[in-house]
Amino acid sequence: MSLTDKDKAAVKALWTKISKGADAIGADALARMLVVYPQTKTYFSHWPDLKAGSAPVTKHGKKIMAGVAQAVAKIDDLSSGLLDLSELHAFQLRVDPANFKTLGHCLQVVIATMYPNEFTPEANVALDKFLSNLALALSERYR
Amino acid sequence: MVEWTEKERAIITSIFSNLDYDDVGPKALSRCLIVYPWTQRYFAGFGNLYNAEAIKTNPNIQAHGTKVLHGLDRAVKNMDNIKATYAELSVLHSEKLHVDPDNFKLLADCLTIVIAAKMGSGFTPEIQATFQKFLAVVVSALGRQYH
Repeated sequence: MSLTDKDKAAVKALWTKISKGADAIGADALARMLVVYPQTKTYFSHWPDLKAGSAPVTKHGKKIMAGVAQAVAKIDDLSSGLLDLSELHAFQLRVDPANFKTLGHCLQVVIATMYPNEFTPEANVALDKFLSNLALALSERYR
Repeated sequence: MVEWTEKERAIITSIFSNLDYDDVGPKALSRCLIVYPWTQRYFAGFGNLYNAEAIKTNPNIQAHGTKVLHGLDRAVKNMDNIKATYAELSVLHSEKLHVDPDNFKLLADCLTIVIAAKMGSGFTPEIQATFQKFLAVVVSALGRQYH
């Protein structure tokens, strides 16, 4: 389900509205994922604190959103634009790609809570498609 | 048997007693038809679904959204036996409506988004976890009688 020009425009428009709150979105989505999907905690056994608002969660949420920002900038060619991130996830982090969908869902829930008027059904479908394509691009180098 | 803590029961009861069914139901169903357009296959007789605006204002979809949301009431009232409570509805969705059970999760996700938008920061991770657990049990029960 590739991104149409309409999808890309909708994603960029939504991103313009939410990007100032990106750090908060990332931190909330990550903290939320660790609570709602406890199996994801297995990737962070090296962190002293997994609670919402903790230093590692806040810092990492920011990092994740920097990746999303990179994806928005490379929306016209996600698979080549995210090659470095794909290699990181494939060879070093070795995150099961199923988790990309999980985090994507949490991101959308957080955006819904923080930007209920902006996250219309039309914005929802475009963002859902974008995050699916982002996940696919991140999986590119896995095998 | 699904185990529910007292806290989880309280969370589910609270969400549903504060719910505006006539608002949330239509919003959840129309969002599902827009975000996952293949789900429109089950609503061929409902009139104009040509674009997002048409879907959002379609009175048949609105009425049906409210109906579907009220369908969750029986699960709220019978949290300890959701599987048996939905046996009949499961047969209906399988034998008569011929709905692919994968679609139940899609609607559940849209309902989660709509509730999140309504509750804002009140939709804490803990509440999200409980709500999604509840919906997962409902979804499983609705798919149970398919064969």
